[in-house]
Amino acid sequence: MSRDYSKILTANDLRLGDVVYWAADQRWAQAITDAVVFSDIATAEAALATAFAQSDLVVGPYLIDAITTETGPAPAHFREAFRMRGPSNYPHGKQEQAQG
Amino acid sequence: MYRYTEFDENFLRARNAQFRAQVARRLSGELTEDEFKPLRLMNGLYLQLHAYMLRVAIPYGTLNSAQMRGLARVARQWDKGYGHFTTRQNIQFNWPKLEDVPDILDALAEVGLHAIQTSGNTVRNVTADHFAGAAADEIADPRPVAELIRQWSTDHPEFQFLPRKFKIAVTGSPNDRAVTAAHDIGLRIVARDGEIGYQVLVGGGLGRTPMIGKVLVEFLPETDLLPYIEAIVAVYNLIGRRDNKYKARIKITLHETGLDEIKRLVEEELIARRAAFKGVDQRLLEEIRGHFAPPDFNTGGNSAPTLSPALRAFIDSNVTAHRHTNYAIVTVSMKSHGATPGDATATQMEVLADLAETYGHDELRISHEQNVILPYIPRSALSDLYQRLKAAGLATANIGKISDIIACPGMDYCALATARSIPIAKEIATHFRDIGLEEEIGALKIKISGCINACGHHHVGHIGILGLDRAGVENYQITLGGDHNEAAAIGERAGPGFSADALIPALERLLRAYLTLRDGVDEPFITTYRRVGLDPFKAALYPQEGAQDVAA
Repeated sequence: MSRDYSKILTANDLRLGDVVYWAADQRWAQAITDAVVFSDIATAEAALATAFAQSDLVVGPYLIDAITTETGPAPAHFREAFRMRGPSNYPHGKQEQAQG
Repeated sequence: MYRYTEFDENFLRARNAQFRAQVARRLSGELTEDEFKPLRLMNGLYLQLHAYMLRVAIPYGTLNSAQMRGLARVARQWDKGYGHFTTRQNIQFNWPKLEDVPDILDALAEVGLHAIQTSGNTVRNVTADHFAGAAADEIADPRPVAELIRQWSTDHPEFQFLPRKFKIAVTGSPNDRAVTAAHDIGLRIVARDGEIGYQVLVGGGLGRTPMIGKVLVEFLPETDLLPYIEAIVAVYNLIGRRDNKYKARIKITLHETGLDEIKRLVEEELIARRAAFKGVDQRLLEEIRGHFAPPDFNTGGNSAPTLSPALRAFIDSNVTAHRHTNYAIVTVSMKSHGATPGDATATQMEVLADLAETYGHDELRISHEQNVILPYIPRSALSDLYQRLKAAGLATANIGKISDIIACPGMDYCALATARSIPIAKEIATHFRDIGLEEEIGALKIKISGCINACGHHHVGHIGILGLDRAGVENYQITLGGDHNEAAAIGERAGPGFSADALIPALERLLRAYLTLRDGVDEPFITTYRRVGLDPFKAALYPQEGAQDVAA
């Protein structure tokens, strides 16, 4: 039985280094809840190719496994959950932005 | 300590100007990331999980107060108010913005610091005994040689594209506090018939294939030291593997080529290298030695401090014998219970700089164990120093105990990590304090890495913890019986890993077993382990397995 394809495109912002996600309005968003969830390989890989071409905006784009939650799309793997939240030892990264 | 010459200052200024231009070209889109990445890595700038990370070299872990204040300035002005001291005596800043990095590097240059060769396949920051120049058991100060190697290796045109990174450590004491056996080259100063020489170890390293360095030469005369090191690196540069990143370190070259053949090749290479140096290295070494003259020790004030119980506990734990009877080496723990091992806030860095300036001949050290050392403290100042450390929250008396844990940044920051290290270290420290076993357990080295690259030195921990990703869940393997000193040993894997929740109870079972097994309160964990072996500890870690065996 094949698993449903569900991917999010992520990268780091060139200037700030912040974790960013490819959003529905064709821009890089800070919040994963704004991310586009790709449900087929061809569209996802086309978006990834576009992201590589945007090297003046982002660094190191790649696709991550996504799940759907009550609050919207979320990462499937804990590594990406940490990238989404920030480190566990200080309220920095995305946590800080959320508080701000 | 070493002060930059005009040549050094000009070199660094030019290098920083070059990188400033490269950053500008990256930001304007003239350089792609593929083009820029090797350039930023040459200047110590990584991209981690949440942000860029700047790794700044602290040569052989030695700093003066101005340099420590310089690091504090970077933490406060351009980062989030703290830095992380690493197992390679470096400091990492976790949140710099790309456009700020040229300014950060200029600020560092003002105090004689840089980030060159803290990444890439080059000779990395040369590390040394953090008690260098102060230790009572020292044969000779290793720092002049470490500085000579630093100058030789910095921007060395032949060695900018080695098969893989290359790490060198030096100890001047028979009690090896620099983990020399886990380096590509480990140098141990030895004395023979009144002459100073070097025992040279090659091919040590941790990571996915841990190996203890092998002795290439037992006694190398000092006059041959730099040509010999250059010969080793030159041989490695030619025959080290470039086809497989995981087989590219010199430990694999040595393993595949054989010690005798490597020795033959190095000695053949040495002839030409020695001739080319023409003794310039020895003249430079003599000049460098002048920078490391001992401070003007105050021989008058030898009054012992009045000891309160707290001060006595601090001295017992954090103070080490000094080469001068009126002096002490003070280790300031950067591992207060529940804190991130190795992290220092800008304010803490400034306090430490002030204390070094007021009491400690303006010198500080960073240890590979991620603590800060004040190497030159008059014993008469210990009480005042302790009070000031206490006021700043820096008087934790836990050096060498269970809470004095080495931990890499792990998956809280590192892009390579497979699991988190920091929360595990924090939890171990607070748990064993809270159940009142820290003092009873006594001397113990726990070292935690968040991936097989082993930045947290888990292989050489008495108890090593390796964080892995097992089917999308953090899982922690335990190794036992490793050691990091002159009796360096790679720990033995105890068995299957534990989930984060199961790890602390497993460690408690293990350490309660040790308390039962030890031959008196003075027998440390590692001695008990060597005496009784793995089995009783394995039984404590995996009680159900034992029960199943009995049932079967």
